[in-house]
Amino acid sequence: MSAPDAGGESTRDREPVLRVRGLRKAYGERLVLDDVDLDVHAGDVVCLIGSSGSGKSTLLRCLDLLEPVDDGTIHLDGVEITDPAVDERAVRRRIGMVFQAYNLFPHLTVLENCTLAPRHAHGVRRREARDRALGLLERFGLAGHADQHPDRLSGGQQQRAAVVRALCTRPELLLLDEITAALDPELVGEVLDIVRDLAAGGTTMVLATHEMSFAREVATTVCFLEGGRILEQGPPARMFSDPTHERTRSFLKRVLAP
Amino acid sequence: MGPSGSGTTAAAAGAWRPSPRELERRAARRRQGRRRLLLASLSTLVVLGALVAVVVTSPGWPRVRETFFSPYHARESFPAIVDGFWLNVKLFVLCQPAILVLGLLVALARGTHSPWMAPLRLLAVVFTDVLRGIPTLLLVLLLGFGMPALELQGLTNDRYVWAGVALVLSYSAYVAEVFRAGIESVHPSQIASARALGLGHVRTLRHVVVPQAVRRIVPPLLNDFVSLQKDTALVSAVGVFDAVFTAQDYGLYNFNFTPLVVVSAFFVVMTVPLARLTDWLQRRVVERERAGGVA
Repeated sequence: MSAPDAGGESTRDREPVLRVRGLRKAYGERLVLDDVDLDVHAGDVVCLIGSSGSGKSTLLRCLDLLEPVDDGTIHLDGVEITDPAVDERAVRRRIGMVFQAYNLFPHLTVLENCTLAPRHAHGVRRREARDRALGLLERFGLAGHADQHPDRLSGGQQQRAAVVRALCTRPELLLLDEITAALDPELVGEVLDIVRDLAAGGTTMVLATHEMSFAREVATTVCFLEGGRILEQGPPARMFSDPTHERTRSFLKRVLAP
Repeated sequence: MGPSGSGTTAAAAGAWRPSPRELERRAARRRQGRRRLLLASLSTLVVLGALVAVVVTSPGWPRVRETFFSPYHARESFPAIVDGFWLNVKLFVLCQPAILVLGLLVALARGTHSPWMAPLRLLAVVFTDVLRGIPTLLLVLLLGFGMPALELQGLTNDRYVWAGVALVLSYSAYVAEVFRAGIESVHPSQIASARALGLGHVRTLRHVVVPQAVRRIVPPLLNDFVSLQKDTALVSAVGVFDAVFTAQDYGLYNFNFTPLVVVSAFFVVMTVPLARLTDWLQRRVVERERAGGVA
């Protein structure tokens, strides 16, 4: 029942960046993730879709070790990161995460937000961290806001700043948790443009999203979650035009209809 | 891309059993836990041992032990100290609610907006400035000796009571500031949404602002109350036979200060349960508010 169908390409024998097997997570009685399997290869853009409460966010949080898992394994570059002996901070240093509510630090300027982790978790020199952050802010049209505090910015600008903050640590894997869900519709575009840009540049990403047309456009793989399971996964072209599972079909009909 | 559907048996929900790997991890976490416990105990032992060694090997130790740690004098002074300590406990138990009420009233008075409340606002500001500025010991002395000297009709001349009043006044000024900080830390959007629901100023405070404020200020409030528990000892300054005065009295009479150490132990024993209780209350609130809030 959980058999995820092969996406028609099986030539990739290389070790995936991220390999998830049999992941399980429960909050008390409530089962949030149930036997989740997922492979993410370098350069993949994996889109998690599904109604709210289907486990998308929890899966991302588990991947960043922000939530302890109840069973199953996660391998990052072939090393099991769900092993109790693994240094969680070292793992998180290699992964970038962006949240729905931006979660920028309000007491720091945009630039300070972006240099905090490089300087204090990665040991990058002040000068270099600054140059790196300014370069990325410039690239994503935020150079003029570097010295402002986040609350002075619009939602779209804040979320772009949050993406830059995650990129400043040069993560091998970027996790994006519904980063446009809290934005006004006219601000969604500017944030998605960044992700589009990153996808084109080959950044490996796993993202939970409600933006179906965007998922269809940038994803290499789309996973449909329901009730904490990946019910179906495959390339966007097939997932959106010819989903095998009845549930997937009805979900897509619901979200694409209006 | 497909993980070759091996091994992933779609087990019926509810019949889940931890996989061998998970059992292995649990065992590893237990081992980690044991190792941490061992390390913690070991380091604690070493540090405490070193401290004790320094004290015990100091040249004056035999005399200090004689004058401060004499089991005989501890036993002898114990009953009188228990009686005296009862006064401290009573004082604390009576003062604490009075301080909470007065402190909250002063904080609320400072937060009023209407123009005809201006005198009250002014009074609240003066109250906190003056009473926080005067050392608590001086306030105890001033009220403890001064008020009975006024020979006012209908008011008690008991120095114990006036010392208690001094503590209430002094601590209310502190607690009022803690309350005010808590009230101001509640986000304006909370007040806006209460207003939008049609609640007035008083109801907004009562049902929305103060409950959230109180939750946040429990740790600093506890801090003030632990401090108050100890400062009940200040009543000894006006000659009330509380635990400290009793211990001093005994010490000066017998040339032995062991009772002071005994009283210290009493105070420690009194403050620790309050600290644990507050920890527990805090944790319960956090758990209750987080439950069900998981997306």
